[in-house]
Amino acid sequence: MTTTKDASSRGKLFHIVKRTDLPVWKSWLIRIAAIVFSLIVCAIIIVAVTGDNPIQVYATMVKGAVGSTRRFWVLLQEIAMLLCVSLAVTPAFKMRFWNIGAEGQVLIGGLGATAIMLKLGHTLPAPVVLILVIVTSILCGAIWGVIPAIFKAFWNTNETLFTLMMNYIAIQIVSYFTYIWSSNKGNNVINTINTDNHAGWFTLPQSVDKYGYLLNILLVAVLTVLLYFYLNRSKQGYEIAVVGESINTAKYAGINVKKVIIRTMLISGALCGVAGMLLVSGTDHTITPNTAGGRGFTAIMVSWLAKFNPLFMVLTSLLLVFMSRGAIEISTVFGLNTSFSDIITGIIIFFIIGSEFFINYSIKRTHAKEVEAK
Amino acid sequence: MKKIIAMLLAVLFVCGALAACGGTNNNANNGAATKDEKPATNFKAGFIFLHDENSTYDLNFINAAKAACENLGVECVLKTNIGETNDCKNTALDLVDQGCGFVFADSFGHEDFMIAAAQECPDVQFAHATGTKAHTENLPNFHNAFASIYEGRYLAGVAAGMKLNEMIEEGKITAEEAKIGYVGAYTYAEVKSGYTSFFLGARSICPTATMEVQFTGSWYDETAEKEAATTLINDKCVLISQHADSMGAPTACEDAGVPDVSYNGSTVESCPNTFIVSSRIDWTPYLEYAIKAAMNGEKFDTDWTGTLATGSVVLTDINDKAAAKGTQEKIDEVKAKLESGEIHVFDTSTFTVKGETLTTYQADVDTDAEFKGDTEVIADGYFHESEYRSAPYFDLDIDGITLLNTAF
Repeated sequence: MTTTKDASSRGKLFHIVKRTDLPVWKSWLIRIAAIVFSLIVCAIIIVAVTGDNPIQVYATMVKGAVGSTRRFWVLLQEIAMLLCVSLAVTPAFKMRFWNIGAEGQVLIGGLGATAIMLKLGHTLPAPVVLILVIVTSILCGAIWGVIPAIFKAFWNTNETLFTLMMNYIAIQIVSYFTYIWSSNKGNNVINTINTDNHAGWFTLPQSVDKYGYLLNILLVAVLTVLLYFYLNRSKQGYEIAVVGESINTAKYAGINVKKVIIRTMLISGALCGVAGMLLVSGTDHTITPNTAGGRGFTAIMVSWLAKFNPLFMVLTSLLLVFMSRGAIEISTVFGLNTSFSDIITGIIIFFIIGSEFFINYSIKRTHAKEVEAK
Repeated sequence: MKKIIAMLLAVLFVCGALAACGGTNNNANNGAATKDEKPATNFKAGFIFLHDENSTYDLNFINAAKAACENLGVECVLKTNIGETNDCKNTALDLVDQGCGFVFADSFGHEDFMIAAAQECPDVQFAHATGTKAHTENLPNFHNAFASIYEGRYLAGVAAGMKLNEMIEEGKITAEEAKIGYVGAYTYAEVKSGYTSFFLGARSICPTATMEVQFTGSWYDETAEKEAATTLINDKCVLISQHADSMGAPTACEDAGVPDVSYNGSTVESCPNTFIVSSRIDWTPYLEYAIKAAMNGEKFDTDWTGTLATGSVVLTDINDKAAAKGTQEKIDEVKAKLESGEIHVFDTSTFTVKGETLTTYQADVDTDAEFKGDTEVIADGYFHESEYRSAPYFDLDIDGITLLNTAF
């Protein structure tokens, strides 16, 4: 038996080759095929486990997501919220700074908004309160985000653990304040704030905007475009990319790495603060430790699936939100637990992530001659 | 290898195609896919739950919603896992869009979002359990409801007292060691009213009983509840009860072999050796009453309190394996006395606050910015709980109960 030059392919029928020049349309074809396959697999599981008709289940899902004007608006709102947090984590990710702390940064931003609305809502004029709400929540988010960045820049601490731990601190702080500010003593619920004068509400009057989400959606749309240009067309965006590729290269090129890390996390945290503001003053008008609703973690997936491209993130967050909204309807109509919809969502995401493998690599058949030659 | 893959793919496609064929027949009526029997009327009732059936609290509501709708022959739409956020308002309005003429929410934090939805849809009746605002909100289509669950807790306490006495008689503990452990969610009046009535019930039977309360800071946190129960058991509590909604405390008791008085429903299946009895609110009478009124366009109570008499406050079956002998008889006896008004749960002669018997107390009945008492609630020798508002407002710390942590 002689040694072959390609050791990995020895005795195997297939070998894996890195793709270099896959046309864009082909990569999208693979992605669509993955979604189709995932739907087929889900269909089999639906039939096997529940006996329900998979086509009906899918139809219900679509109906749940976009079945009425209200549902459509809610869908847009949920996309905007998830997208906003995803935008926030993206500059950090592009810099290879694993900001797992968006959940906490959003909450602290929201807490800042809550504090202003509660404490100043009836002492200052409403427009002033709103400005203060916006500024405070951005500052709070930025501060919460920059603490791990400072530690990373000066003492090279592990930012993944640091940002993760900051989430739990943030949740506890919000729990503490919901207790302090409870509307009924001791029950940890803050009632809707400023229902009388709407001070600090980032919402248009109902006569103009029936569903109350227009401002949120518009603001996030603008942020998406701005962040796209910031990351791809600005000097600072380029610096982020270089630091992400190689810190040594960045240093050699004369980039102040510490400054870039701190500046980028300020931006990341500030955007999380905006998301917190939109959730508290633009949507709920109160806060609970659950206000961020796991978006800080889902955003990681949105950002990665879109390869850190803000415009693609619109699509990936649409996909995730569409499925979760649809899932709620499935659990209602078919009487299935929401965990079942999580299973379906999980399968679909698994296939989508898996499809990236086939986009980056191709599986080639090892030629018969080569096998025989061994 | 390639053939195998090809075959697998073919099978997949066939399955998909089969599913597709099945689907085309009755694609149109997927909205009512789960409804086998035709409802007697076309009235729809919508329900919003904070968690799903894994939470004992929500399960109790879900069962009542199904039962009430079935009894009345109306269609019910159930929405589970709806948070205390704007999502609640969206869901309520979405239920209205689907044609619901009655919308109900089960968690305290849903209240403001239900009020907002009620303001938008004056033709639809909105009801909310455990809330405090309906009696001051002046909204004709927004209603609160609760039940005098403190009476049920008192009866459950009687069962606990019987068990303590049995343990003393059997020589397992001395009379001084009759310490009860209680896992509470928050230091909120609803919880305080609950554990105090439970304790008073137990002490009416076992006079040496004392109690320790550990709070978890969450209505539903399985780990924290289990830990709190374990802490209490390690602290030599010989019987546990809880006001929190997961299986955490009951399973900790089963693991440690400590008797447990549960809440919201029977946990006998998971805890066959330690479960004694559970008090719960049966929401079916209220839901039937409210849905019926909404259906007929009649007015119904803005703030409704269920009682033993309405069938809203009930005890589950007693588990003879864990309960003391004669528990059922004793409970029946005390229940009759409660119903006749011979005894009162919060009889001021049975408890003291800082060593003194109360003759007057201003409770915080109306929800406003300040946590100040606004209503005199002690008269005729007892504290009038759930009379001026359905949601409990008994928030006194009575002697004999030690709060281990009050951070929540």
